[in-house]
Amino acid sequence: MFIGAIGCEPLQLARVHLENSRSLDVYRKNGGYQAIKKVLDSMSPDDVINELKKSALRGRGGAGFPTGMKWSFVPKDSPKPKYVVCNADESEPGTFKDRYLMERDPHMLIEGMLIAAYALGAKTNYIYTRGEYRYLIDIMDVALEEARAAGLLGNKILGTEFGCEIYTHTGAGAYICGEETALLSSLEGMRGHPRMKPPFPAVSGLYAAPTVVNNVETLTAVPDIIKMGGEAYQKLGTEKSGGTKVWSVSGHVNRPGVYELPMGYDDMEKFIMEDCGGMLGGKQLKAVIPGGSSVYIMRADQIIGKDVRMDYEGIVAAGSSVGSGGFIVMDETVDVFESTKNLTEFYKHESCGWCTPCREGTDWLVKVFKRIAAGHGRPEDAQLMLDLCDNIEGKSFCPLGDAAAWPIQSAIKRFPEDFRKHLVTSIDSGVST
Amino acid sequence: MSTQPIQIQPLSQPVNIGDEVASFSPEVEAEIDGHLAKYPVMRSAILPLMFIVQRERGYLDAPGVAYLAKRLRLRITDIWEVATFYSMIYTQPVGKYHIQICKTLSCKIMGEPGITDHVCNKLGIRLGETTADGKFTVSLVECLGSCGTAPMFQIGFDYHENLTTEKVDQILDGLK
Ligand SMILES: Cc1cc2nc3c(=O)[nH]c(=O)nc-3n(C[C@H](O)[C@H](O)[C@H](O)COP(=O)(O)O)c2cc1C
Ligand code: SF4
Ligand code: FES
Repeated sequence: MFIGAIGCEPLQLARVHLENSRSLDVYRKNGGYQAIKKVLDSMSPDDVINELKKSALRGRGGAGFPTGMKWSFVPKDSPKPKYVVCNADESEPGTFKDRYLMERDPHMLIEGMLIAAYALGAKTNYIYTRGEYRYLIDIMDVALEEARAAGLLGNKILGTEFGCEIYTHTGAGAYICGEETALLSSLEGMRGHPRMKPPFPAVSGLYAAPTVVNNVETLTAVPDIIKMGGEAYQKLGTEKSGGTKVWSVSGHVNRPGVYELPMGYDDMEKFIMEDCGGMLGGKQLKAVIPGGSSVYIMRADQIIGKDVRMDYEGIVAAGSSVGSGGFIVMDETVDVFESTKNLTEFYKHESCGWCTPCREGTDWLVKVFKRIAAGHGRPEDAQLMLDLCDNIEGKSFCPLGDAAAWPIQSAIKRFPEDFRKHLVTSIDSGVST
Repeated sequence: MSTQPIQIQPLSQPVNIGDEVASFSPEVEAEIDGHLAKYPVMRSAILPLMFIVQRERGYLDAPGVAYLAKRLRLRITDIWEVATFYSMIYTQPVGKYHIQICKTLSCKIMGEPGITDHVCNKLGIRLGETTADGKFTVSLVECLGSCGTAPMFQIGFDYHENLTTEKVDQILDGLK
């Protein structure tokens, strides 16, 4: 599997290939913990937040919310403790970048969290990692111990008045716990059900105290932003999507992997066909899901010859979204009806059951898919599925419901032929759903 | 005429949770204390503690649940409520080696079905089943974050990636 940068100097992946890249020693020798030193020596919390605003860094967890703005929502005068929580739940199908960032360079995450904790005045901070990534929790625990021993955690960090703690926490197998409010419920020891927003976590999050939840990749971008300055970081990307972005690529390409590209990379066709080594076995490209499973599926002809710029605006203009940055590339052998069925089963399994449209809707959708797959398709089923999606999208308690509807809506619209061929009854029956 | 009163059965029987409470070695107790020390609220430690109970007892059984309730000062139902939400918390015994094959899209299109068939045939069990000797359980699970190295499975906490049938043989034959 490939891991590295294309079209820019590696920032987030700068150390991944060094021997012992996990160790404090190697991190320090390669520019590590310079940013937190700079912050503690010469910057106020507001200075840090301003640099983040200038950097145009947008959250890498999926929603793309500007990080500097999110941090500025935390009330300064709150008497409550404040928390920084790193979202390392990474369960979006097609996404595995956070895994490699933590595996290869855990101290980069610790430094990013220290800077966030300083900017927000947080004394206790957690890394919520999905339960399956147990080996990463072990890696983080070792790195945290090293940092503690070197005076980078605990009281009087680097001899200053600033002190804070970072702890690892484990999930236990639930995609919904990646949604930030469900994550906080889970971290409080509850079932992982989402909570009503507002209040947003910045005001009332963990233990009802002001909390910032950020993705791993968002936090690991912070040290470089401080070191080079917000403006320089923004210039690596585009005006509204600053910096570089780490993409995960899987499916039918010759070189799947973790790729760091400048935001606004030109263009998606070149990325798939050249950088990722082109299509496996020389087959034809059929479909791409560019942002983890929860975004619109794209037809090859929305990419080939279309100069799709790889940033938030560019991919939206092309008809999908950046999401978590997980590319799933599919060749001509894939039946989009089948691939959509597969993802719908995922959402049904992961629906937390809290609200009716999503819990019942995803269940019905899977039933319809299964009936069709068993040979009992009917011409009106496409409309039936769209109606079901319509009753979920915008009517569910949290965005997982929308995420379940989008792949189906876009697949039926963009690959009608793959559905049509299933929507005839191949077996005579009066079976209904 | 009989004067015997008619016995009416209660509609729902209380679940017999027994009154046994699990106990652990001083080392495990110290590990548990370490987790509790991380949080201002004890309940937050529920998932890490469940994993420990599961590691020590094979799965989260009734005495394990009773232990957690006592240790975290919660009700038995609080523990079950959380345990039943998370797919990695087992409330039933599983094999010594739990083979969890990823079935989500990237793995699916990169050869998961062939791997699943091979594992099931080799072990002579169907999905969701455990071998008679209690050694292996096979399940399908959702994306494990190895999509770029598909197909893959996880055995316990260990990742096995870029699987081929030969590689599967090697891995399974190597497990004692
Ligand atoms: C169903 C669902 C699953 C999510 N899963 C993740 C995840 O695994 N990792 C993540 O960082 N964000 C995930 N998110 C996004 C988070 O809710 C949140 O927006 C994010 O962690 C904020 O961090 P950021 O601003 O740094 O992106 C998910 C959102 C939803 C609705
Ligand atoms: S939309 Fe789905 S996942 Fe979200 S709260 Fe409702 S049931 Fe739970
Ligand atoms: S799809 Fe199998 S690991 Fe992601």
